[in-house]
Amino acid sequence: MSKRVGLEASHAAAEAAKMADVDVIAAYPITPQTHIPERLAEMVADGELNAAYIPVESEHSALSACLGAAAVGARTFTATAGQGLELMHEVVYVASSMRYPMVMTVCNRALSAPLSVWGDHSDAMAVRDTGWIQVFCQNSQEAFDMTLWAFRVGEDSRVLLPVMVHFDGFHLSHVTEPVILPEQEEVGRFLPKFHYPFALNPDKPMTHGAFGPPDVYSEAKIAQEVAIRESKAVAIQGFKEFGDIFGRYYQLVESYRAEGAKTLLLTMGSFSETAKIAIDAKKKKGESLGLITLRLWRPFPFEELRQAVKNAETLIVFDRCVSLGGPAGTVASEIRSALYNEKKRPKVVSFVGGLGGRDMPVEDFEYIVDRGREIAEKGSKELSETVGIRGEVTGIRG
Amino acid sequence: MEGKFIKFGKNLVTTEEFVAEGHSFCVGCGEALALRLACKALGKDVIIANATGCIEICTSPLPVTSWAVPWIHTLFENTAATVSGIEAGLKILMKKGKMPERDVKCVAVAGDGGTSDIGMQALSGAFERNHDFLYLCFDNEAYMNTGIQRSSATPYGASTTTAPAGKMSIGQTTWKKNMPEIAVAHNIPYVATACPSYPFDLMNKVRKGGEVKGPAYVHIFSPCPTGWRYAADLAIEIGRLAVETGIFPLYEVEDGRYKLNIDRPELKLVEEYLKTQGRFRHLLDEEIAKIQEHVNEEYAKLKAKVACFAA
Repeated sequence: MSKRVGLEASHAAAEAAKMADVDVIAAYPITPQTHIPERLAEMVADGELNAAYIPVESEHSALSACLGAAAVGARTFTATAGQGLELMHEVVYVASSMRYPMVMTVCNRALSAPLSVWGDHSDAMAVRDTGWIQVFCQNSQEAFDMTLWAFRVGEDSRVLLPVMVHFDGFHLSHVTEPVILPEQEEVGRFLPKFHYPFALNPDKPMTHGAFGPPDVYSEAKIAQEVAIRESKAVAIQGFKEFGDIFGRYYQLVESYRAEGAKTLLLTMGSFSETAKIAIDAKKKKGESLGLITLRLWRPFPFEELRQAVKNAETLIVFDRCVSLGGPAGTVASEIRSALYNEKKRPKVVSFVGGLGGRDMPVEDFEYIVDRGREIAEKGSKELSETVGIRGEVTGIRG
Repeated sequence: MEGKFIKFGKNLVTTEEFVAEGHSFCVGCGEALALRLACKALGKDVIIANATGCIEICTSPLPVTSWAVPWIHTLFENTAATVSGIEAGLKILMKKGKMPERDVKCVAVAGDGGTSDIGMQALSGAFERNHDFLYLCFDNEAYMNTGIQRSSATPYGASTTTAPAGKMSIGQTTWKKNMPEIAVAHNIPYVATACPSYPFDLMNKVRKGGEVKGPAYVHIFSPCPTGWRYAADLAIEIGRLAVETGIFPLYEVEDGRYKLNIDRPELKLVEEYLKTQGRFRHLLDEEIAKIQEHVNEEYAKLKAKVACFAA
C-alpha cells in the first residue's frame, strides 16, 4: 500500500532518488538545495540507500563526477540551485551532448548580484538551451513524481538524455505538504533497471567525447536537436504509464478551468497554485478565465501549447525572470514566438515579477489579470510590465 | 612496495600498443612517447579520463580515435572530478552486483595547465576524497595546444607567447610551481616524477601508481620541440639533461617517504640544458646564474627530505 506522509519537496525528491535506487550522488551544498543532499547523505549513512555519495568540492565537479559515473553506466543524481547551476554551466551542455542520462533537481534561485538565496526562475532560464529535458513542479507530490519520471524518460534507450527537475527554492523546496509515497514494487514496475548501452568497459573499449572538427560538429548538433525533440513522445508515454501505475496523470501543458475561457493566465512552477486561487475567486464573479501551466519546458511543447490557447482572446504570461535588455519576460518571448505564425492566436501580454523571492500573493495575480485584459484591449507600447515591484517604472519598453 | 610487482626492463614490455594509430602529435614530441610508455605500463584494464589539451586533440578527432582502451574526454578543468565519478561508479556497481568484480584502473591524464592551473581545484578535491585513481600530469611547461602560452609550470626565464622575452622582460618572471610537492601535501600514498628519457623508470612508476590503493600522482616531464624550440631528434637528450642538471629530479614519495631514483654525485650545470632550447636563448649570464642558484637550492631541499628517511 502506498502511504501518505508529510514531506517537503526537497525530501520528496530525495525519497524519489532513493526509490529509484540511484547508484551515485555527487553534490555540493547551496541554499536552497541543501535538504536534498543532506537527506541522501543520511540515507547512505544509515544504510537505507546503497549508493556512492561523492561530497565534491564544487558544483562544477558535482556535475563532472556525474559525467564519469553515468559514463560507466551508474544511475546518477545531483541537485543544485542558482549560482551552483551557473558554476556548472559548461558541464550542463556536456552532459546532454554526450547523451548521459542523469537527473538533476534544481531548487530555482535568483542569480547574483545582489546576492539572493531566494527563489525565481533566472537559473532555469539561463540553461534553457542546454539540451536537457526540463520539467517544472507545482507541489511536493510533483517533486516526487517528476523525479521518478525523469529517470524513466532520460534512461529510455530512445532518449538517453539528462533531465532537470525544477522546483521553486523555499516556496516549494522548504514547504511540507502531504505526499503519497508508492510501494517499491510499483516503482520497480514503472522504472526498469538502467542499462546504458555505451558504458565504458575495458572489454569493449570505446572513445567518449572525441572533438568535433567542422566537418562533423554541425551534424552532431543537429542529431542532438532531433534527439531532444523526439524525446517528447517518450515524455508523453512516461506520463501515461505513470498515471496507469500511480493514478496521477500529468500533461505536458496543464489546463485549469480553462474550457472556453476568453482570458488565460500562463504560469510555471509553484506560483501556479496561488494563481489558481485567484482564478477561482474571479470565476466566482463570472469572469471568463482559466489557467495554463507549462509543465514540460524542454523539449518545448509547441503543439500542446497552441491547442491549449488557440480559442482564447488574451494570454497573460507571468515570468519570474527578466531577460535584461532583451524581451523582458523569457517565457513570454518563447510563447509569442510559438504562436506568431498561427492564424488564430490570442494577444500575448507579459508580466515580470516574483524576483529574488518576492512573494506573489493572490491579489497580485488578480491584478495582472485585470491589467492584462486592459492592455490587450487598449494596446501598449511596452513589451512587458512589472508586478509587485516598487518604483516609477512599471513598463519595459521594446 | 618494492618487490610487489615485476619491474619493467628489456624484453618485459608488451609489444601491444594502446594509443597509437593515426595520432597527430608533432614530430619528436616527448609527451607522445611518455604517453605511449605509460599506457604500456597500465595495460588494457583501464579507463582513461583525459583533460582537454595536446593529448586529447592529437588522439581523438571525430570520427576516428587512437585509443585501444576505454577513454573519455569531457572538459579541461574537471578531469579529476570526472575520474572520481568513474571510480565511485565502478565501485558501487560492483558492490551492488550490477557489474562483475574486477580490477579496473581509473586514470586521469592532463597537461600542466590542466593540472597546476585550471584543474587544480578538482584535483585537490579528488585527492582529499581519497578516490582510488592515478593522475598523470604530462608537463610540457606551457599551454602548447593553444600555442605556447605561459602556465604556472613554465620555468623562470622561458619565453612564451604570453610572457615573451623582450627589451623590458626576460619572459617568465616566476619560478615553476612545484606541483609534485602540492600533491605530496595532500598526504596521498604515492607521488613520483618521471621522464621518458628513463623509460623503465617511468613505466615502473606509472604501474606502481596504478596499483597503489588510493590516489597516486605521477608528474611526467614532457619535452616539446615546438614550444621549447629544439630540433626534433633531441627530446631524449633534453629530458636526460633536465634530470642530470637537477632541473627535473626523478624521485618518489611513498607514504610521505622521499626517495631519489637518480642521484648523481655531481650535477651538470644548468647552462648545458638551457642552451639546447630556443625558449632560453635570450638569457644573459646573470639570469643563468640566478637559475643555477635556484636549482641548487631546490635540489638541496629535496636531498634534505630524502636524507630524513635514509636512516
